[in-house]
Amino acid sequence: MVGRTVNSRELILGRLRAAIGPTTTTPAEVPRDYRPAGGDVDLDVLVHRLTDYRATVHRCSDAEVAKVVDEVLGGQRVVVPPRVPGHWLPATVAAVTDENLTAEQIAAFDGVVTAAAVAIAETGTVVLDAAPDQGRRVITLLPDVHICVLRTDQVVAGAPDAIARLDPNRPLTWISGPSATSDIELNRVEGVHGPRRLHVVIVPRP
Amino acid sequence: MTSTFLGMPTTAPRGVGHLRGDQSFPAAARRALADSQLRRNLGHATATIRAKSAAVIAEAPDWQQLRDAGAAIKADVMARLPELLEQLEAAVTAAGGTVHWAADAVEANRIVTELVAATGSDRVIKVKSMATQEIGLNEALEAAGITPVETDLAELIVQLGDDRPSHILVPAIHRNRAEIREIFLREMPGVDPALTDDPVALAAAARRYLRQTFLHTPVAVSGANFAVAETGTLVVVESEGNGRMCLTLPETLITVMGVEKVVPTWRDLEVFLQLLPRASTGERMNPYTSMWTGVSPGDGPQQVHLVLLDNGRSAVLADEVGRQALHCIRCSACLNVCPVYERTGGHAYGSVYPGPIGAVLSPQLTGVEENASLPYASSLCGACYDACPVKINIPELLVHLRAAHVTAQRRPTTESIAMAAAAYTMDHPALYAAAQRAARLTRLAGRRGRGLPPPLSGWTIGRDLPQPPPQTFREWWAER
Ligand code: SF4
Repeated sequence: MVGRTVNSRELILGRLRAAIGPTTTTPAEVPRDYRPAGGDVDLDVLVHRLTDYRATVHRCSDAEVAKVVDEVLGGQRVVVPPRVPGHWLPATVAAVTDENLTAEQIAAFDGVVTAAAVAIAETGTVVLDAAPDQGRRVITLLPDVHICVLRTDQVVAGAPDAIARLDPNRPLTWISGPSATSDIELNRVEGVHGPRRLHVVIVPRP
Repeated sequence: MTSTFLGMPTTAPRGVGHLRGDQSFPAAARRALADSQLRRNLGHATATIRAKSAAVIAEAPDWQQLRDAGAAIKADVMARLPELLEQLEAAVTAAGGTVHWAADAVEANRIVTELVAATGSDRVIKVKSMATQEIGLNEALEAAGITPVETDLAELIVQLGDDRPSHILVPAIHRNRAEIREIFLREMPGVDPALTDDPVALAAAARRYLRQTFLHTPVAVSGANFAVAETGTLVVVESEGNGRMCLTLPETLITVMGVEKVVPTWRDLEVFLQLLPRASTGERMNPYTSMWTGVSPGDGPQQVHLVLLDNGRSAVLADEVGRQALHCIRCSACLNVCPVYERTGGHAYGSVYPGPIGAVLSPQLTGVEENASLPYASSLCGACYDACPVKINIPELLVHLRAAHVTAQRRPTTESIAMAAAAYTMDHPALYAAAQRAARLTRLAGRRGRGLPPPLSGWTIGRDLPQPPPQTFREWWAER
């Protein structure tokens, strides 16, 4: 197996080298005249874009997050990552911290409450990076409702800002609205396999 | 492919995978043109997606600059492909992944089948991937007693309907809701007999059907939209969450990727993540994008494999003009604007890569003589070039491949005579411009004519007429 792999590796690299011929190894100059990172952040744009893609947006103080969670998931079972702030969770939800729960156990929860790493205003995108306040990727995938709490200082203008802030060594999930498909006559239908409802709670920077 | 001389760029082997049709394009197209339901479904779908895409592209004031950057990055990738692949391999390996090299479809299928067999599972969940369709992985897995389950809704529709994909992005674009309902009622185990043809109900049926399969299958196969050489990061762009399921839940993840998908730097993603969704689904950003770098301890698959696939790509790279086709990010914009695709649908192209990009990529992967009719499957109207987010000059490639085909011809055939007519049109700017104008007008007016747009209309009709006398052809040939 190893021998065969090495042979194919040399074979393919040899073919590709022959195909391009004698070549320079200096990277080419790429014209990057598109809008760079550092643009102004407009929270209203973020709210519009999130809403446009059928996410529900709430704007409140950090202290009021628990009220929103109560409105959305009160009386239901919620899974949370290890370091989600305790004051986000109202007494009305039964919150269980994910400590190596099985996928089946996670799938049985009604909802999940997490923080976020970055959000992109222009595209209405929230990015999770599996930090302890966001948790393993699986917990935001199987429950049907995802409440994601975002601080305004985590919001950036465009994709270049997000790429600059994110760490590629972490598993990243970019989320733009709830799960959707356009596979049936190109109609957008929300809710196929991921959470069918996405709530984004925007709170001021601490 | 051990019998191949080392270092010779090589086309994709015969007898495996889905790069060749069993009919020439005009023969297959004629059948498609007779199917009015197909043309209605396609016309509706492509018109919808063109409008959505135009609206979100208009929102990006720097769209042309993004295209320029995307094109330049891809050209740079092709110029440095071997070293970038070595860099990618090192980065993935350092992050705990395992890299495999597959010279062709046969080898890729064998590697994946062995990896799946090693997990002990007789079932594998799959997220939509052009590369695995290209190599015929599902057939190879089935032959080894492993059931591949397509989890993308459109792929599921195709798989349950025992059908073939007809579009890169929306493989079941040729099916309408009533047909999808019928397929689900007939083929989906445990489906509610009262299922309606409401798209919401159809999507919910797929969700219920696949949930248990996601939770209980220990191995997944994916493709990749991008792979970052500098960091070893793999990227999958999707909508439904079936991708996240496949990339997150199983213990073992096997990603099969054409070698051309590598990009040099992490920063390059800022270009492609803006270009792809707007050109593809017509969204500012697709619902889900997953990025992973090797293994993340305690989170997601703990066995991560990457299979790097050649299967004819080295042969494409060897053609300095033709290699542009490897820049493709599979957005499908060129299909959606193509007046020929809109009438014939994807099946007529024979290969898993349909539409304008398929017409230039498939013949290069297989060798032009094995997909000889495809470079003529275009009216050269230029809409595909304008739509392409990485500015692949598809009309230029088509003309280039027609010339390559003619050079390869030793005797006049129907194909080369047709080519002669096309070449004549192209060599006469006034005629060419007229044909181009006519094609554009037809497209703009949204007419749903039964036939192909000019100059192909002449060609398809001409196939029913007696062939021109050989003398005339040779005279023409001698003048060249
Ligand atoms: S050739 Fe260009 S427009 Fe066509 S699918 Fe590829 S990237 Fe998209």
